[in-house]
Amino acid sequence: MGTENTIKELENHARSVRRHIVRMIHDSGTAGHYGGSLSCVEILCCLYFGWMRHRPGDPEWDERDRLVLSKGHAAPALYAVLAEAGYFLVEQLGSFKRLGGILQGHPDMKLTPGVDMSTGSLGQGLSVALGMALAGKLDRKNYRVYALLGDGELDEGSVWEAAMAASHYRVDNLTAIVDRNNLQISGPTESFMRLEPLKKKWEAFGWEVIEVDGHRIGQILQALGTTDRVSGRPGLIIARTIKGKGIRFMENKKECHSCALTEEQFEEVMRELESG
Amino acid sequence: MTVLRQTGEKKSTRDGYGEALLRLGEADSRIVALDADLPSSTRTAKFGQKFPERFFNVGIAEQNLYSVAAGLAACGKIPFASTFAVFATERALNQIKQCVAYPALNVKIVTSHSGFSASGDGASHQTLIDIALMRSLPNMTVVVPADAVQTEQAIAAAAAHEGPVYVRLGKTEVPILFEPHMDFRIGKTITIRRGSAVTVLVTGILLGEAIAAASLAEQEGIETELINIHTIKPIDGEAIVQSARKTGYVITVEEHSIIGGLGSVTAEVLAEHHPVPLTRIGVRDAFGESGDIEELYEKHGLTAKQILESIRLAVRSKQ
Repeated sequence: MGTENTIKELENHARSVRRHIVRMIHDSGTAGHYGGSLSCVEILCCLYFGWMRHRPGDPEWDERDRLVLSKGHAAPALYAVLAEAGYFLVEQLGSFKRLGGILQGHPDMKLTPGVDMSTGSLGQGLSVALGMALAGKLDRKNYRVYALLGDGELDEGSVWEAAMAASHYRVDNLTAIVDRNNLQISGPTESFMRLEPLKKKWEAFGWEVIEVDGHRIGQILQALGTTDRVSGRPGLIIARTIKGKGIRFMENKKECHSCALTEEQFEEVMRELESG
Repeated sequence: MTVLRQTGEKKSTRDGYGEALLRLGEADSRIVALDADLPSSTRTAKFGQKFPERFFNVGIAEQNLYSVAAGLAACGKIPFASTFAVFATERALNQIKQCVAYPALNVKIVTSHSGFSASGDGASHQTLIDIALMRSLPNMTVVVPADAVQTEQAIAAAAAHEGPVYVRLGKTEVPILFEPHMDFRIGKTITIRRGSAVTVLVTGILLGEAIAAASLAEQEGIETELINIHTIKPIDGEAIVQSARKTGYVITVEEHSIIGGLGSVTAEVLAEHHPVPLTRIGVRDAFGESGDIEELYEKHGLTAKQILESIRLAVRSKQ
């Protein structure tokens, strides 16, 4: 799935989105969620630039595919992608977390064009996505609903309420993606609240599960294609990722969940991302 | 002055809901209903039988219930999502805040078994703080109907209202007091009787007790002004202040904690606009407990006799 050119194009978007993320968080003047934003860049780029049907000029378009960013703390990644897609000006990324701006610390559907659901309190996005998928079925619409979840978020019991219900209602217009970066604030997910065997758990709940390298565009697109074609049950993509991906000293470090860069680090990181 | 029905016919507010929801469903295909394993108790069951494809019983999962409802609302549906008041407002509070109130999605949270009405089941199944929780959420409208007829009006009004609405219902059979043709507008009070001695504000199904108390007071020559507050939020502050100016004393009556409910909202309105003495009749910072509903009302001071006693004390304190 995905021609060489498509893949190249999406990789370029991913590079650009990473630069936006780092600048946005750094310019906000506070610590920010670098780690979980950087780990899902390729996933969001595949969705918004290579997969979903959506219209940046018409954010309320009824037939659009929807994305619920259940891991709302990755808002910088979503904002960067939406700006790059043309929902608002890239310059507005500078207002991230600023009072009176359109970019709250966590996504707000009332303020930000292109945001399909307000999120931030973990464990709720999959349920919302299920509601959207059920509405689509009732109205016999062709849109699909995507939900992007963190792996640490899977500690929330409500995720499993939604997992059970989505399977029960046989919604095959819903794809969930788990950003499996293996780290939560406290440290490795497996040390603090064991998630494995994750694939088997979701399969036992009745989902079609595919595992991919979450930084490989081709693999992500292929998995999206597969889950779209599944009939009679929802699809789950476990995207194995690296927290802090793209910034060498952050990669796989729990400290990068939320942190701040010094000016020197910022300059160095931006140079690294320009050349990367 | 409102002329009330006096047939003595009794019906629970939840039964009014079941019928209203069914009618709405027939009139508008955007109406969907959700429940968390209690459709026979909340009375969403009738809707579910008539419109199975538009009905989602998500099992015993209240958190999922309200987030799924939000997703349906985000795509143009008008979801009525029901369970016991305690499980909706206490267990799923964060879902209601994050997924419903904050994005102002068009979800109707209609609950049964509020107050003491799960009487025998005790504190775990009763809630006396749901009004407090719901009214403190921005974007939330809070309606507490007094009888089955007012419930039907409230449900129709909630469906027509764009945005989140909390409707608090009970299981207890209470007299039907209102006529279907009577004016019902969210945010407006209904004056049941006029008087100048003392103002009694009552919300929900204790209206019958308050009417009885006012009648007893009348026999003693006390003219009570009785006002039904079916909408707690937005509160009709103007009506409250107007009556307080006239009588100089306000009593509130609710099957809810005096912390955060009608008593609190009245105290806030009066303190800011026209301070007068206030007596709050309600549950005094206590959990619920098992017992017959009549016994519970008696123990917590919610009967006509006890309201009458507060009316007498109010009048005496004015002299």
